[in-house]
Amino acid sequence: MYLLDAAPAVPLDLILGVVLFWLLIGVAGVLRPRSLRFVSRLLFPLGAVGSVVLMLAALLAVRVPPVVAVLPLGLPDLPFHLRLDALSAFFVMLVGAVALGVSLFSVGYFRRGEGALPGLLCLQYHVFLSSMVMVMLADDAYLFMVAWETMALSSYFLVTTSHRIAEIRRAGFLYLLIAHIGAIAILLCFGVMHGGGGDYTFDALRASELPVFWASTAFLLALFGFGAKAGLLPLHVWLPEAHPAAPSPVSALMSGVMLKTAIYGFLRITFDLLPTPLWWWGVVTLVLGLMTALFGVMFAAVQSDMKRLLAYSSIENIGIIFAGAGLAIIFHAYSNPHLAALALVATLYHCLNHAFFKSLLFLGTGSVLHSTHERNLGKLGGLIRNMPWVAGLSLIGALAIAGLPPLNGFVSEWLLLQAFLFSPGLPNPYLNMLVPLGSAALVLAAALSGYVMVKFYGVIFLGRPREEKLNEARDAGIWERLGLAWFALGCIVFGLFPMAVILLLDHVSLPLVNFTLSAAVSGNSWLLFAPVAAERASYGPLLLLLGITGTLLVTFVAVRVFYHGRTRRGAAWDCGYPEQTSRMQDTAEGFGQPITQIFEPFFRVRRQMPDPFSSEPVYAKTNEDHLWYWLYLPIARANERIASWIGLLQHGRIHLYLLYSFVTLLALLLFMH
Amino acid sequence: MLTHIAAFLSQLTQTLLVVLIAPLMLGWLNQCRAWLQNRSGPSVLQPYRVLLKLFDKDALLAHNASVLFRSAPYVQFGCMVLAASVVPIIETNLLFAPAADVIALVGVFALARVFSALAAMDVGTSFGSLGARREMLVASLSEPALLMVFFTPLLIVQSSSLNVIVDTLAHREFALYPSLAFAAVAFIMVLLAENARIPIDNPATHLELTMIHEALILEYSGRHLALIEWAHAIKFTTYCAIGIALFVPWGIAQAGAWWLMPGAVVVLIVKLGFIGVGLALLETVSAKLRIFRAPEFLGMAFLFAALGMLTRLLLGA
Repeated sequence: MYLLDAAPAVPLDLILGVVLFWLLIGVAGVLRPRSLRFVSRLLFPLGAVGSVVLMLAALLAVRVPPVVAVLPLGLPDLPFHLRLDALSAFFVMLVGAVALGVSLFSVGYFRRGEGALPGLLCLQYHVFLSSMVMVMLADDAYLFMVAWETMALSSYFLVTTSHRIAEIRRAGFLYLLIAHIGAIAILLCFGVMHGGGGDYTFDALRASELPVFWASTAFLLALFGFGAKAGLLPLHVWLPEAHPAAPSPVSALMSGVMLKTAIYGFLRITFDLLPTPLWWWGVVTLVLGLMTALFGVMFAAVQSDMKRLLAYSSIENIGIIFAGAGLAIIFHAYSNPHLAALALVATLYHCLNHAFFKSLLFLGTGSVLHSTHERNLGKLGGLIRNMPWVAGLSLIGALAIAGLPPLNGFVSEWLLLQAFLFSPGLPNPYLNMLVPLGSAALVLAAALSGYVMVKFYGVIFLGRPREEKLNEARDAGIWERLGLAWFALGCIVFGLFPMAVILLLDHVSLPLVNFTLSAAVSGNSWLLFAPVAAERASYGPLLLLLGITGTLLVTFVAVRVFYHGRTRRGAAWDCGYPEQTSRMQDTAEGFGQPITQIFEPFFRVRRQMPDPFSSEPVYAKTNEDHLWYWLYLPIARANERIASWIGLLQHGRIHLYLLYSFVTLLALLLFMH
Repeated sequence: MLTHIAAFLSQLTQTLLVVLIAPLMLGWLNQCRAWLQNRSGPSVLQPYRVLLKLFDKDALLAHNASVLFRSAPYVQFGCMVLAASVVPIIETNLLFAPAADVIALVGVFALARVFSALAAMDVGTSFGSLGARREMLVASLSEPALLMVFFTPLLIVQSSSLNVIVDTLAHREFALYPSLAFAAVAFIMVLLAENARIPIDNPATHLELTMIHEALILEYSGRHLALIEWAHAIKFTTYCAIGIALFVPWGIAQAGAWWLMPGAVVVLIVKLGFIGVGLALLETVSAKLRIFRAPEFLGMAFLFAALGMLTRLLLGA
C-alpha cells in the first residue's frame, strides 16, 4: 500500500505489462504451431503466471483512486485512453482469477489431433484474454469498440475450433451474428451519448448533458447491446449453441468472464456515463432479468447434453445478475443509496460467484468429456468411482450453484433477497408491491436450480455407468485437478468469508452509488455478516459450517462408541425383479419430464409416440424454444424476402447498371436543387 | 462472559430438547391418527424403539455405494440439528440464532435435501432416482412458497431473524395480524409437503411406485437409516417449532428470563400436542394426491402466502 501511495500507476503498468506478455505468448505459439509440448508445457503455464500478476495488480487497484493513461496507439489524433478505477479493476481481477484456473487446466487439457493447431489456439486464447482486459480498461468509445470486436472475433475462432463439424460452424455463425447485432447497438449507444460534440472519450460522454429522451434511448440501446452479449432474453439463442461447441476451457472462459464483460459495460454506462437513471429503466432491467432467470433454469432442467445444460444455467445466472442490477437502478433512481449499494454489491458478488462455479463445472465437464468422449447425459453415470477428484470438486461447484449454504452461491442470493425484501418504503406504491413479488420469481429460479444441479451431478457422477466404456474412464491429470481445485477453493472461501469480499466490493460501489455497506456493518465481528443491521438480518457461514460439522463429528463418534459400526455389503434392493440393468436407471430425459409437464406452455414440445402394435417402438421428444419460432424465424424470413426484392435489381447486364447510376445521379441533382 | 455461558446453556437445552422429543412428536401424531381412525395404534414411544433397533442392526450397503452414500445421513442429521438450534422454542437467547436467519434456514433444509437426493441416486436403482426426482420437484415448488410465508412476518417485524421476530410478535406489542392468518394456512400446506405427509406423500406406504420420501431411503439400513429417520423427526418438529414461533409465539420466554423457562416448556408441550391433533385430523380427512396434482397444491400455498404479503403491504394489516 505504501508503495502505491508513491507510485499510484503501478497496477495499471503491471496490467498493461501482462496484456503485452499475453500477446507475446500468443505470438510465440504461432512460431511453433504444431508442437503441443511447447505450447501446453511452456506457454500455458507462463500465461497462468501472467494471470496471477494481473489478479494481484487488479486487487491492489480496487483500493486506490482511479488512474488514467494515454497510449499513443491507434489512429492519428485518436489515441487510446485508459482508465483503471475500482469497477474496471474488479472485473480485471475476475479475468485474472478465471484465466489462472483455466490456463492451469488447459496445460493438461489440449490433446493432439483435436481441432485447431495448438499454437493457433494459444494465439486466439491469449488474444481473447488480452482483449477482455482492454475492454475493462478502455476510457474512450473508440478503444472500447476495438477491444470489444477483438474479443468477439477471437472468441468466434475459439468457438469454431472444431470447424470441420457443420453444427459447430452453424453455432459459430449464430454467435457472430448476434454479437454483431449487439455491437451495432452499443456503437449507436455511444453515438447517442456523445451528443454531437465529436469527442468520444468517456469523460466527454459523462459531461454531455443528455435530455431525458436521449438518455433513455442510450440506456435501451445499451441494454440491448450488452444484453445480446450476456444472453438476456430474447437474445439468448446463441448461448446454448456456442458454449457446447467450444472446447471446455473456452466455454469456461466465455461463461465465466466474457458474459461478465457485458455486465461491466452495462454497469459502466448506466451508473457512470449516463446521468442519474430513471426508475423505469430499473423496472425494465429487473423484469427482463427475472424472466431470463426463470427461462434459463426451466430449459436447463430439460437438457440432456451436459454442456447445453450448463449454458442454460448461465442464462439463468445472467438473469439473476441483471435482476440485481435492475434493483440497484431502481434504488439509485429513488436516491436510496444504502439499498442501491446492497443490490449493487449483491450483483457484483454474483458476478464473482458465477465466474467461479460456472468455470469449475465447465472444466469438470471437459474432464468428463476427455475421459469418456461422451457429452450426452444419457450415456454417462457412475463416474464418482473412476473419477473421484473431478467428482469431488464438481460436487462443490454443483452445491455452490444450487445456492446452498455455506458456499458462495448462497451469499449473493441471500444479499439479493435482502435487497428485494427491504424495498417497501419506495415512494412508488406499485413498485412497493411488485418488487417483493419479484423476489418470488428469484426464489423459484433458485429452487429450480437445485433441481437442475441434482440432475446434472446425479446423472453424470452417481448411479451405475450407463455404458460399458465408462468403466475405463480415468481421473483427470494433476494440471486439470489444479485448475478445478482453484475454482473450488474460490467457491468455499467466498462462501465462508463474505465480509472480506464485501469490503472489496465497497470500493466498487462507493463511486457508483455513493455508499458503502461496511459503513453500516462496522460493528460486526468477522464471524457474522449483517449488511444492513445485525437485528435486521444476519448470516454466519462459518458458524453454520461449524454447527453442522460439529454435530456431524459428534454423531459419528457417538454412533461408533455406543454401537458397533458393523457394515456388510450386499446387492442393492431389486424390488423382487432380479434382471435389472444400468439402462433402467432414470435418464436425463426422465429427470426433466416433470418440469416439461408442469411448465409445458413455456416449451415447444414435440412428441413422437410409438404405435401400440409396433414391434420396434420408438419414442422421441424434443423441447424447443418458442422464441426461435416466434421471433427469429419470422425475422429471418422477412430478411430473405427483402433480400429477394432487392435481388430483382440485380441482372448482371451492364446497361441496366448504367441506367441505375444515371437515375441516381438525376435524383441526387433534383434533391440538391 | 456470564451472558455467553447463559446463552450457551440455553442453546444446549433447547437443541437437546428438540432432538430428544422429536421422535415423541411423531409417535404422538401417529397415536392421534390411530384414535381418529378407531384403531389402537402403537405406543407413543414406538419411534424410540425403532431407532434403538436400527442402531443395533448391521448397516447393509450396496456393492457400489460411494462415500457420498455413507456420509449423507450424517450430513442430514447435522443440518437438521443446526436448523433446530436456530429456532427459538422456549427462550429467545440463542447462541446460533445470528448464524442463520429464516432465509438461511431454508438454505440449510435445502442442503440436507440435496444430499439425500444425491445419495438416493448413488446406488443407481430405478426407485432411488425416481424418489430423488420427485423429492426435488416437490421441494423446488414448496421452497418458494415457504420463503413467501416467511416474508409476511419479515415485513411486519422488519427483520429476518427468527429471534427478533419472536421477540417482537410475542413481547413488544400485542397485535393480531390478518396477513399472518393467510401465511399460517400456507405454512401448514408447506409443512405437509416438506415433511412427506399426506396429501403429498404417504409415510405409511409400502408401494414403491407411490413413494417419495420412502423411495429416497429405500437403500438405507441400520445406523444410517436410524440417523435419517431421526433427522426426519427433527425436521418435522423444527417445522412445528417454526410455526409456533411465527404464528403463536406467546409463551416463549424473553432472553435472560430463565425463571420463565419451565413454564415455557409446558406451554411448548401443550402447543405441540395441539399441533399433533390438528395435523392428524388433516391427514385423516384428506387423501393422497397424484404427484402431478402436487404443483396445484403448492401453487395454492404460494398464492396464500402471496396474499398474506399483499395484505400486509396494501392494507398494513
